[in-house]
Amino acid sequence: MRIPHAILSGVLVISVAACSGTQSGTAPSEAAGGSEIKVGLLHSLSGTMAISEVTVRDAELLAIEEINKAGGVLGKKLVPVVEDGASDWPTFAEKATKLIRQDKVATVFGGWTSASRKAMLPVFERYKALLWYPVQYEGLESSPYIFYTGATTNQQIIPGLDYLKEQGKKKIFLVGSDYVFPRTANKIIKAYAAANGMEILGEEYTPLGHTEYSTLVNKVTQAKPEAVFNTLNGDSNVAFFKQLKSAGATAESMPVLSVSIAEEEVKGIGVDNIAGQPVAWNYYQTTDNPANTAFVKAFKDTYGQDKVTSDPMEAGYNAVYLWAEAAKKAGTVEVEAVKKAAGGIALERPEGLVTIDGETQHMYKTARIGIVQPDGLIKQVWDSGKPIKPDPYLKGYPWASGLAQG
Amino acid sequence: MEALVNQLPIGLSIGAVLLLVALGLTFTFGQMGVINMAHGEFIMAGAYTAFLLQDLLLALPAAFLVAGLMGLILERAAIRHFYGRPLDTLLLTWGVSLVLQQLARDLFGAPNVQVAAPPWLTGAIGILPYNRLFILALAVAGVVAVWAYLGHTRQGRRTQAVVQNRQLAATSGIDTGRVDMLTFFIGSGLAGVAGVALTLIGPVGPALGTYYIVDAFLVVVAGGLGQLRGAVLAAAGLGLLNSYAEFWSDASLAKVIVFAAVIAFLQVRPQGMFVLRSRALT
Amino acid sequence: MIRKHLPFATIAVLALVAAPLLLEPFRLSLLAKYLCYAIVALGIGLAWGQGGMLTLGQGVFFGLGGYSMAMYLKLAEGGGLPDFMVWSGVEELPALWTPFANPVFALGMAVLGPVAIAVVLGTLVFRQRVRGAYFAILTQALAAAMVILLVGQQGLTGGTNGMTNFFDLFGADLAADSTQRGLYLVVAGVLGVLYLATRQLVNSRFGRLLVAVRDGEDRVRFLGYNPATVKTVTFAASAGMAGLAGALFVPVVGIISPALLGVVPSLELVVAVAVGGRHALAGAVLGAVLMGYAKTAFSEQFADGWLYLQGALFILVMTLAPKGIAGILGRWRSARAT
Repeated sequence: MRIPHAILSGVLVISVAACSGTQSGTAPSEAAGGSEIKVGLLHSLSGTMAISEVTVRDAELLAIEEINKAGGVLGKKLVPVVEDGASDWPTFAEKATKLIRQDKVATVFGGWTSASRKAMLPVFERYKALLWYPVQYEGLESSPYIFYTGATTNQQIIPGLDYLKEQGKKKIFLVGSDYVFPRTANKIIKAYAAANGMEILGEEYTPLGHTEYSTLVNKVTQAKPEAVFNTLNGDSNVAFFKQLKSAGATAESMPVLSVSIAEEEVKGIGVDNIAGQPVAWNYYQTTDNPANTAFVKAFKDTYGQDKVTSDPMEAGYNAVYLWAEAAKKAGTVEVEAVKKAAGGIALERPEGLVTIDGETQHMYKTARIGIVQPDGLIKQVWDSGKPIKPDPYLKGYPWASGLAQG
Repeated sequence: MEALVNQLPIGLSIGAVLLLVALGLTFTFGQMGVINMAHGEFIMAGAYTAFLLQDLLLALPAAFLVAGLMGLILERAAIRHFYGRPLDTLLLTWGVSLVLQQLARDLFGAPNVQVAAPPWLTGAIGILPYNRLFILALAVAGVVAVWAYLGHTRQGRRTQAVVQNRQLAATSGIDTGRVDMLTFFIGSGLAGVAGVALTLIGPVGPALGTYYIVDAFLVVVAGGLGQLRGAVLAAAGLGLLNSYAEFWSDASLAKVIVFAAVIAFLQVRPQGMFVLRSRALT
Repeated sequence: MIRKHLPFATIAVLALVAAPLLLEPFRLSLLAKYLCYAIVALGIGLAWGQGGMLTLGQGVFFGLGGYSMAMYLKLAEGGGLPDFMVWSGVEELPALWTPFANPVFALGMAVLGPVAIAVVLGTLVFRQRVRGAYFAILTQALAAAMVILLVGQQGLTGGTNGMTNFFDLFGADLAADSTQRGLYLVVAGVLGVLYLATRQLVNSRFGRLLVAVRDGEDRVRFLGYNPATVKTVTFAASAGMAGLAGALFVPVVGIISPALLGVVPSLELVVAVAVGGRHALAGAVLGAVLMGYAKTAFSEQFADGWLYLQGALFILVMTLAPKGIAGILGRWRSARAT
């Protein structure tokens, strides 16, 4: 019962020494000098988000490897420092700090959920370091230290709505997971609907990880909408589509447009349950251009022929190339110089031409609607024709004026 | 109005899912007082068994065996040293559940896997799809089997004797170690069966168990420790409450309402609906 | 007398002087984070180790403290509505938020809020003689419900994201290394004071009564005491500690989110206490610091292995050394003494 204090203090001495040992053991790497450039990769490798984020990390590692094979950046090899965000937002902030302060990486590629980005944002702004965020998100943000290589709302949600409108769908039901992206997206959808003569029949949220959808399916089918706009995330999609299908709903009678389901997720949901349903993204594995053929081949050769490529993976893959291009143009990996050089950079990527908008640090991207095919891939049925200028605050849309103050 | 009526069978079918995941716990927790946090991972093991076999009817007995054997190993290797220390078992089994989750991730990969539903389960009677009816039937069959086992087999009666008074049962010549082993095998096996059923309606992935474990414990606690009829009533009650609460509010609020209801209910009946009368003090 | 207090003094000097001098700012703020967890662990050690109440919902109290502090920090920034309210479409500051502009109120709520909830819950639950596993599951359900509630009220709480992006604390720049060092000293100081106070409590008449309640509640009742009161007071004290720890955690780490107070983090802390040694208060503190450090170290070295290691550690400690590190050290010391 009595506490052996002397021993405890001994343990504490050792642990303090161990702490300081860890960091004196790491030689401070020069971001500019030396023959290597360290870059951080920060995704969830464990926990609920690992499912999605591991694939993005793989795509980023592939890009780094390819760049190194082609001679590196500014004559130096890129060395990835991989950290685990563990699907836990404070951990993202902690690991970001570690990458910046201890590993002194030139830039970080990372994040998936909005929550992880919001948690990392103050860290990157505080230390004036650079984050490349590869996933479509809810907009209303433009940090000077983040580059957003996924779509903002006017490159995914709004084109999705345009598509439904073209299809003559006027009565919409909104279903989403209970967090910031679906809530913001639905706010935008409601404003759009009001301005375009569409009717919103219902708006329902379920907790993340929710798997019991019979009540919700009952609500949806009773409301008899012409289409459902789905912003559910992760495992909930599996339960929702299985239970919707068994309730007899079909893609013909009531299409469900999803914005968080890509090739990877289709496998887990089961093709039978989702074939024929529309999704909105900027890239599909089937997107037809030479850059994509090369990307898909390289990815399958590296990670296995049964692997698929998806929009966030492509956006992560692009991020590494775009940063490398900016660093080459700047002649240094120093953050402010890279930021300045990045604006206007245009590259042919698997999704087509991607241009960095210097002002918002978002990308010009082409919007695409696809239909899930019986083989699990997604076939494009509609696109915006040309890359859409990013507009995270929707300033160019009069009906969206009340949504958020800049 | 139609929607309102529809919520009744929906509530019952939610209750059936709850009952199915909690049935195994009425054995391990109810009969033996072991809080097995790895119960959810035994459910997961059942679901993965279904994934490997891709045949629903074959998977049911197979999952029972797989999960049952996992439970048996766990009981023999660790839990039996912990009888009388329920809180320690809770922590121990939580450690086991972490390891099993990571193991599933390493074996089957982090993404969800697909289990094809058999064609004869497509279709619906009224609002209830065949697969929900199947789960309902499975839950009923499970309850009947458990009831028959406990009340009408020699081994079942021994189990009850051990629950009611371990020392007395032992002195009467019952091999309590054997009873514990068998009870844990059946309880864990039932979790495996639940896992197979869940593949019809939900995702199959490493996190599967975590979605159901808290709800399952709530059912057992509200129903009363080791009380089969209590578990049935509690599952049905919570299912209906959930279905109507979600209908009138939303899914998040419905969950909170269910939690609050259980906490409030325990104020009235601290030991659940039905209590096993005993003269023992603590 | 001096001999008795020497070890504590050694640790105090080490923690207050050596660590700030030796550690890099990044590592120091990590240590500050572990010490915040240690404060929660101290409370768990009191409630569980001494009082036998296995609480799996300490995250709720930790979160209440953290959110109170975060609300103050958000309001102290000035410049209108907190950022997350703007993007959640909230037009004006909710009435619930207004009093939190006052730091005294915010800090008070961080401690008294959890205490009040613990008193109400404890009175209801312990009076009904809900205990053991039932109490554990009840507190766990409380943590689960709390998370859903916080996530659902995005405009009020920031939803899943929680609150982040804090700039200053009482006028000091939160990002500055000197502020972080100061915060570390405050956390270490608070932990030290609370440790001494808790030890005092455990060694008092009340402490002996508490252990008696743990080991034989009915006998204590027959002796004319009311175990419910003893348990409620203890539970409230541990809740207050968790709340204070949450309030300290927010400026140190710079974020509070529902992920920090759910079922899993609550359980992780209980495990840390078990690893350190639940029956010794110092064991609880030590366990929290070591587990925090192990988590960081292992996830930096081999990310995938952390769950295996954590799980294995738990299984080993529970089966081989149920009294934890403190138990092992204690046995070793008494063996040496004889």
